[in-house]
Amino acid sequence: MTDTASRAPIQLRTPGTDVRGTVGPWSSYLTGFVLAAALTAASFWLATGHMLTPASLVAALVVLAIGQMLVHLIFFLHITTAPAQKTNILALLVTLLIIGLMVIGSLWIMSQLNVHMMPMDRLMQMQR
Amino acid sequence: MFGKLTLHDIPFDQPIIMATCAAILIGGAAVLGLITYLGRWRWLWTEWITSVDHKRVGLMYIMLALVMLLRGFADAIMMRTQLVLAGGGHLGYLPPEHYHQVFSAHGTIMIFFVAMPFVVGLMNFVVPLQIGARDVAFPVLNSISFWLTAAGALLPNIALGVGEFARTGWLAYPPLSELAFSPGVGVDYYLVALQISGIGTLLSGINLITTILKMRAPGMELGMMPVFTWTALGSNMLIVASFPILTVTFGLLMLDRYLGFHFFTNDAGGSPMMFINLIWCWGHPEVYILILPAFGVFSEVIATFSGKPLFGYRSMVVATLVITILAFVVWLHHFFTMGAGADVNAFFGVATMIIAIPTGVKVFNWLFTMYGGRIRFETPVLWTLGFMVTFVIGGMTGVLMAVPSNDFLLHNSLFLVAHFHNVIIGGVLFGCFAGMNYWFPKAFGFLLEPRLGKAAFWCWLIGFYLAFMPLYVLGFLGMTRRMNHYDNPAWTPYLLVACAGAFLIFGGIVLQILQLVVSIRTWRSRRDLTGDPWDGRTFEWSVASPPPVYNFALTPEVDGLDAYWRAKGAARSESPAYEDIELPKNAPAGFLLAFCAVATGFAVVWHIWWLALGGFAAAIAVLIASSWRAHAEYVVSADEVADIERRGRITAGSPVCIRA
Repeated sequence: MTDTASRAPIQLRTPGTDVRGTVGPWSSYLTGFVLAAALTAASFWLATGHMLTPASLVAALVVLAIGQMLVHLIFFLHITTAPAQKTNILALLVTLLIIGLMVIGSLWIMSQLNVHMMPMDRLMQMQR
Repeated sequence: MFGKLTLHDIPFDQPIIMATCAAILIGGAAVLGLITYLGRWRWLWTEWITSVDHKRVGLMYIMLALVMLLRGFADAIMMRTQLVLAGGGHLGYLPPEHYHQVFSAHGTIMIFFVAMPFVVGLMNFVVPLQIGARDVAFPVLNSISFWLTAAGALLPNIALGVGEFARTGWLAYPPLSELAFSPGVGVDYYLVALQISGIGTLLSGINLITTILKMRAPGMELGMMPVFTWTALGSNMLIVASFPILTVTFGLLMLDRYLGFHFFTNDAGGSPMMFINLIWCWGHPEVYILILPAFGVFSEVIATFSGKPLFGYRSMVVATLVITILAFVVWLHHFFTMGAGADVNAFFGVATMIIAIPTGVKVFNWLFTMYGGRIRFETPVLWTLGFMVTFVIGGMTGVLMAVPSNDFLLHNSLFLVAHFHNVIIGGVLFGCFAGMNYWFPKAFGFLLEPRLGKAAFWCWLIGFYLAFMPLYVLGFLGMTRRMNHYDNPAWTPYLLVACAGAFLIFGGIVLQILQLVVSIRTWRSRRDLTGDPWDGRTFEWSVASPPPVYNFALTPEVDGLDAYWRAKGAARSESPAYEDIELPKNAPAGFLLAFCAVATGFAVVWHIWWLALGGFAAAIAVLIASSWRAHAEYVVSADEVADIERRGRITAGSPVCIRA
C-alpha cells in the first residue's frame, strides 16, 4: 500500500493493484487463527467424546459453526459496521437472504418428501 | 503406474469415435503446424495466451464457446439423425451406450462450455468499456478464470477418445450416477471437468462484481450504468451465490464415488432426492445467469438501432434485480413430480409464474423502445426481433409447465425439451449472436459482412422452429426425452421435420463461418474508422475500434444516463493533457494453472494418484510464484499515449476521447 496508490482515484490506478482495506494488522489475523482453531478443536472434541445427547450435540455444533463464521467475517474479512463498509454489509445481507431461502426451502421440501415417499431401498425391492 | 488406464480404454472398435478423434487430431496438428509455419508462437504467447487484458480474455472466452458450439452441435445432429432412423423396430446407428454419452455430452457442453463462456466473454469484453474502466478489478485472476474454464472444456473432449463420458444426462442424477450403477470413468470425467470450470466461473463472477462496484468512471452512479452492465451485475451476483452450491454438491457425489460415502446412495441413509434438490438450487439460478446478460444485449441493441433512449430504464433495472432474487425461490419446479405435497408444489408453481411478470415488463420496454423509433434492420436487430417472438413462445410454454398438474403430464417429455431449447436458443444463443454482431467491430476494428449474417439468422430462426415445434407435439403424443429408439410409427414424420430443422440450423452455422471468413478476407474494405459504427449510446463506442490496450486515455466524466450519447457533438479539447498509464503485465499463471488442472483432473478420473498429487502441488507452486511477482505493472508514458491517440484520431477522424 503506497501513498500514491491510495491518493489517486481508483479508476486511474493500475487495475488489480488496489490493496486498501484488504490487509489488516497481524494481530487481527493471529487472534482470528487462534479462535478459529479453538472452535474447530472444540467441535471435534464434542463430536468424538460421548458426553452429550445427540440432540444437544447438534445444537452445540450449530452454535460453534456460527461462531466460526463470525470469526472468519470479523478477523479475516474485516467486516465491521463502519460506514465505509456499506457495500460489504449489503452483500452480507443478500447472502443471508439467499442462504435463508435455500435452507428453509430445502428443509420444507425434504421434510415433505420424507413424509410422502418411501425409503429408496424399499422402493427398489418392490420394483424387483 | 497409470491407475485404471489401460490401452483397452481407447475405443478402437468404434469407427464413429475413432474417425472423429482422427479428424480432431489431424485438425489440431494442422493448426499447430500452421502456427509454426507462420512463426506465430511468440505472438500467440504474448498477445493472447498470457494476456491479462480483459478484451483479449473476453474474446478467448467467445472463441472457446464457438469451437465448443461445433462440438455440441455435432452431438445434436447425431441425435436427430439417430431418431429418424430408429423408428418402427429399427435400432438406428448409435447403440444405447454411445447414444447416452452423446446426449449427456450435448447438454453438458452446450450449457457449461458454450452458453457460459459466451456470456462470460461478452461481459468480460464489454463491462469495463461500458463503465469507463481500464480493465477488470483483478486482471490476472481474470486470465486464470478463463484458462480454468478452457481446462474444464478440454476434459469432455479427452473423454471422447480415452475412456467414456457420462451416460447419465447433463445433471448426472444419482442413484444412476453412483458407483453402483455407473462404474466407469464417464461420471468422473463429468464431475472433474465441471469442478474445474466451476472454480473458473466463480472467480470470474467475483471479479466482475468487484469491477462493476468499484471501478466505475467518476460520476457514474449505479443508476447511470448501461443496462447491459446492470444485467451483468445481476448475473454475476447469481454466479457468486449459486456456483458454490454446485461445487459442494458435486464434491459430495465425488466423496460417494471415490471414498465410499453415502450422501446420495440408495442405501445406508443416503438420499438421491437431496442431490436433485441441491443441484437445482444451483441449476435454476444458472438459467438466469445465462439469460440476464442476453437481456442486456437486447436492451443495448434495441436502444442503439432505434435511435432512442431505452424505454423504462428504471423498470428495466428493477425487473433485472427482481429476477435475480426470484431465481432463488423457484428451483422445485424442476422436480414437481418427485413427491412433495400440494402446498410445496403450489408455492413453487406460483413463484415460477410470478417470474413472467418482470420478464414481461422487459418485453414491453423493448417494444416501447422501438415504438416511434427509426429502426435500422442490421443483423443484431434481426436477432433481437427473432428473440422477442421466440422467447415469448418459450416463456408461455414455461408458464404452462409451471402449473404442477400440467407438469405431471409433461415432465420428462419432449415438450420439456422443446421448452428449454426454446428459451435457451431463442434467448441466450440469439442474444450471444446479437452481441457478437454488435460488438465485433469494436473488438476487431472492422464490421461483419451483413448479408451472410442475415442469411445465417434466417436459417437459424426457421431451422429452430422446424426443429423444435414438432417436439412440442411429440411431447403431447407421449414421447419421452433421452430415447434411443421407439416403436410408434406416428412419431416418425415429426422427427423427420425436426431433423430437417437441425440441418437448416447447420446451414446457419456454415453461413456464420462463411461470414467470418469473408469478413476477415475483405476486412480492409469494411473497416470501422469512427470507433462508433452503429451510432451507439454507451462508452465502449467512445474509444477507437479496436480499443487501445488501456481502453481510455482519459477517464470519461459521467453526469447521467447515456452520457456518451449526449456528449456527441459537444466540443472537445484538441490537445488533451495525457498522463502516464500503468498497466498490468502479462502473466503466464492462468495457462500454467490450466495445464496443471488438466493433468490433475485426468489423473483423478483414472486414479493415477502420483500425477494428481504432482499436478496439484504444481498448481499451488504456480500460484505462490505468481503472487510473489515484484514488478507486475508496466507504464505507457504520456507521450506514447498521445501518439496512440493521435494515430487513432487521424485514422478515425472522430472522438477517441470524449472530453478533455
